Amino acid sequence: MSTTEKWISWISQFTDQIIEHKADLNQLDSAIGDGDHGSNMDRGVKAVKEKIDQGDYEELTDLFKDIGMSLVSKVGGASGPLYGSAFISMAKASKETDDPSLLLEAGLDGITKRGKADPGEKTMVDVWHPVVDSLKKGTLAQSDIDEALESTKDMKATKGRASYLGDRSIGHIDPGAQSSAYLFSTLLEAGVLDD
Amino acid sequence: MTKSTGILIVSHVKEIAEGLVQLLDQIAGDITIKTAGGTDDGEIGTSFDLISDTLESFEEDSVLCFYDLGSAKMNLEMAIETTDKEVELMRTALIEGAYTAASLLQADVQPKELNRQLEKLIIKE
Repeated sequence: MSTTEKWISWISQFTDQIIEHKADLNQLDSAIGDGDHGSNMDRGVKAVKEKIDQGDYEELTDLFKDIGMSLVSKVGGASGPLYGSAFISMAKASKETDDPSLLLEAGLDGITKRGKADPGEKTMVDVWHPVVDSLKKGTLAQSDIDEALESTKDMKATKGRASYLGDRSIGHIDPGAQSSAYLFSTLLEAGVLDD
Repeated sequence: MTKSTGILIVSHVKEIAEGLVQLLDQIAGDITIKTAGGTDDGEIGTSFDLISDTLESFEEDSVLCFYDLGSAKMNLEMAIETTDKEVELMRTALIEGAYTAASLLQADVQPKELNRQLEKLIIKE
């Protein structure tokens, strides 16, 4: 499989996961947000699928750019500009490298630049940050993703919609962290990291 | 276009944005005020495409943008990064800030003085 095909396979598996878990994501978001994370992501990944099904991608840059712009245009909630910025940053980085750890590190930079969240604020960054660390060490395993996701449960939200709840946000998994966990689980499953 | 600066209102809800314009029109008849409320398909949320297209549709080169919550700001920032217009992201309370700005623009108050008067209405990071 060529490099581009592996990344396309990843996005396609991520799309399936989001569609399958749409109701679960909405439910997580109902607890601490506005209840639409699953519906928003569902709309976004379907737009991504429609876009990349029409394309013939030889360059990662074009693939990531199309994914990013589709998410920015279609998601509707805060996840649109956040996931969108991740992929647009990955598109820029892919002009220099096809190393997954560097690409996803660029993705994380895109998210933090857009959302200004630091680790520990109960956001998607709390999954992205440790995952990118493990990726750079070459040790990423499903257990790292699970652990990062679970860690958001006891955090108090200080960024995003959940921050309006203050202490009441404690005890719930962050929905953006959950969708990010799907993103990285499927990254492992799609074999993007295999040589 | 009878004034050099326009106002853009971005809200998660179309009717909130449009309702605010009704209020502003009472006191700022010569200011171009446009809205980008809700998503492309009329749902609750904000749309980068709608914000970006609305921003480009201003005849004015300078636009003050007022917004409500989280994704409105991020989508606005992305739209601002891709336009040639001189756009200012206003971190004030939406209604109070837009109302004050509209009154001052109508009275030909200069940008520096306008920003000074809006300072006490800033509530967003």
